[in-house]
Amino acid sequence: MTSATIAQGHDPLAETGEVYEDAVVIRLIQFSVLWAVVAMTAGVYISAELLWPTIDLGQFWLSFGRLRPLHTNGIIFGFGVSALMATAFYSVQRTSHVRLFSPALAWFCCYAWQLVVLLGGLSLLAGWNTTKEYAELEWPFDIAIAVVWVIFGVVFFGTIARRKIRPIYISNWFYGALIIVIAMLHIVNNLAIPVTVDKSYSLYAGAQDAVVQWWYGHNAVGFLLTGGFLGMMYYFLPKHSGRPIWSYRLSVVAFWAFTYSYIWAGPHHLHYNAIPEWVQSLSVVMSVILLAPSWATMINGIMTVSTAWEKLKTDPALKFIVLSLAFYGLATFEGPMMSFPSVNVVSHFTDWTIGHVHSGALGWNAMITYGTFYFMVPRLVGAPLHSVRLANIHFALALAGTMLYIVAMWGAGVSQGLLWLSVDEIGELSFSFKDVMTSMQPFYALRLIAGLIFLTGTLLMTYNLFKTLAGRQAVVAKAPPVDPAYAINKEVTA
Amino acid sequence: MSALSLHKKIEENTGLLIFGILLVSAIGGLVQILPVLNQKSLEEPTVNTKPYSAIELTGRDIYMREGCSVCHSQQIRPLIAEVERYGPYSRAGEFVYDRPFMWGSKRTGPDLHRIGGKYTDDWHRIHLIDPRTVVPESIMPGYPWLAERAASETGNIVAKMTALRKLGHPYTDAQIAAAESDLEGLMEIDALTAYLQILGTGLDEEIAR
Ligand code: HEC
Ligand code: HEM
Ligand code: HEM
Repeated sequence: MTSATIAQGHDPLAETGEVYEDAVVIRLIQFSVLWAVVAMTAGVYISAELLWPTIDLGQFWLSFGRLRPLHTNGIIFGFGVSALMATAFYSVQRTSHVRLFSPALAWFCCYAWQLVVLLGGLSLLAGWNTTKEYAELEWPFDIAIAVVWVIFGVVFFGTIARRKIRPIYISNWFYGALIIVIAMLHIVNNLAIPVTVDKSYSLYAGAQDAVVQWWYGHNAVGFLLTGGFLGMMYYFLPKHSGRPIWSYRLSVVAFWAFTYSYIWAGPHHLHYNAIPEWVQSLSVVMSVILLAPSWATMINGIMTVSTAWEKLKTDPALKFIVLSLAFYGLATFEGPMMSFPSVNVVSHFTDWTIGHVHSGALGWNAMITYGTFYFMVPRLVGAPLHSVRLANIHFALALAGTMLYIVAMWGAGVSQGLLWLSVDEIGELSFSFKDVMTSMQPFYALRLIAGLIFLTGTLLMTYNLFKTLAGRQAVVAKAPPVDPAYAINKEVTA
Repeated sequence: MSALSLHKKIEENTGLLIFGILLVSAIGGLVQILPVLNQKSLEEPTVNTKPYSAIELTGRDIYMREGCSVCHSQQIRPLIAEVERYGPYSRAGEFVYDRPFMWGSKRTGPDLHRIGGKYTDDWHRIHLIDPRTVVPESIMPGYPWLAERAASETGNIVAKMTALRKLGHPYTDAQIAAAESDLEGLMEIDALTAYLQILGTGLDEEIAR
């Protein structure tokens, strides 16, 4: 199968193919790490603001309501998307056995995206904010994002169209779904009438706007934070463990089931809200169904490394990737549970949601990215990782930080949810809002510590990768010869 | 053709793969989202729901700018405890002039959908500038700068109302013409307070009780 093809070792002497464009990959990794540090620092800062509200020093740009969107957008679009672009460019060349279609466009994509994230972040601090979650950027940025995204698509699909291998490898479908579906969601959700450069009004109003927004919001999670990162998993896990994907057929089925069912689940963000009931019920059914492809994918990944456990002992990169799969399993189990109205009635509006978000965000997205960077960077510059020991320490910190974060937020969220809902025998509320608010302080303090631990780990990685990269350039990597069994034959067109 | 050979075609052809993904991912949206966008009952305002005045609209835009919605929901669920705490549950018809919707997803602070009329204007002013002067334990940020900026400088009110009229909000020419003078002499904090005071007042007296 194809997976066997990519897992086979290279024979440098036999490499006569095209030279891969890898410098742009390194640059994107650098930006990704930079945004991770910036956005996580913002995350730590807003965690602290919930304990000491006056540390915004009366400065509007340090205010919680402005820093929080900076945190989410910085992480998702700065750290997340830069990492996805880097890994997509890296893996699509190696699974297609050709150089990127138009390296110039790839470079444009890299820098234009960073400019959008930088200026977009500043605009959030300035208060340009549509308030639609994960779509907070105002219309000029929405247009810029759409343009860069299309170029990303051109480079990616252009490379696939030029490929020398007949089958399109599974990781590319996930990256492909990321590009296509996010484009669709982004455009539809952001339709608005511009008023001035910093202000627009949504084309949709009220309940209808809510349904469109969460169709977007949930699927931004689905196709960016989940689908895109699954693309990473499907390439780097087999590559790194030296084992082909456990079941190719399972990955095919899971891919289509995933792509079909995710889209329906958005309204589980709006349970008991003023939207039609059938829409909510349908979203529950689809959310539960989603458990199947999610866990199928996780099992597929775990089984892939199941014969390479000995590597896990020595290799921090692989440890990160395998652990991320476990957290992926946790988040995709918790999600369907939270979709049941009886559970959601407690969890909605509380820190339980925040805990769920970060079990996915820290445990899955950040960890798989860290593992992948530890794997790629030494290979890209042809030098060993500066310090394996530091990477192992990072692993311990990341695990500790994530666990502490989740546990603190479960404690906070479940108590908030239950205390808010509790009424005594005569129907009087048992707790005032203020009582519940003040009881959150210990949990918020734990979360702050968790964030600091996680951020410290990220800083260690930054240093480690910086030392590995310092003074080095991308090694020249060429496409290996194509196994005739998988070569494109004349009749088949791209 | 068996499913597998169909799949072999898709997985070997870039165009087919793109088309397949687009098709499969679009179904949910077409069947679930499109009908909601066409459901006219969701666009019917409740009796007392009116388009925001120039002052309220400015206040609402300040609410958006400051990101109040990351801590405050505006959506009361039909649950005993929630109705007890916040007031009558939210109806779709109360939000038809909300672009975008402002329901929120996190209650770090209390729900604000029925905040209108709960406190005096003065209470809001003091609270917004420094919440801890009225609620010592509060973890809400203070917004001292709102008292220092003129409401008329918060964007272009005429352009805003004209844009909203294009989207179907029934503003009269007179309302739009008077918009700028309505804002004269007001600070941002006054506009925001006016917005808070109108929130949740769109229901029939009967239901609102
Ligand atoms: C960090 C989260 C946070 C942000 C951001 C925030 N608030 Fe609050 N808000 C709270 C908390 C917590 C309370 C409860 C304690 C209190 O009354 O101060 C509260 C209370 C309130 C109340 C009183 C509600 C009641 O029923 O007693 C109003 C009104 C209010 N906020 C308005 C706003 C406005 C307007 C903004 C934006 C300019 C805003 N808040 C931003 C957290 C926040
Ligand atoms: C089968 C998979 C999943 C399902 C069914 C699911 C379901 C849910 C549910 C029910 C909520 C709560 C909505 C609310 O009450 O407001 C939620 C919130 C959220 N989930 Fe998941 N989840 C899944 C996987 C994931 C993963 C892997 C991530 C990765 C990071 C993630 C990120 C989020 C985010 C960011 C939110 C918060 C949205 C917001 O309110 O701003 N989810 N999810
Ligand atoms: C150092 C690590 C981090 C810390 C301390 C942190 C902290 C926070 C805090 C305090 C909030 C606001 C919660 C609230 O309003 O009550 C938040 C929200 C959020 N964070 Fe993080 N975060 C971190 C890392 C990440 C990462 C890596 C991601 C994504 C990959 C992420 C994604 C999000 C999202 C999507 C939300 C919004 C959740 C919602 O609206 O429901 N965070 N974070």
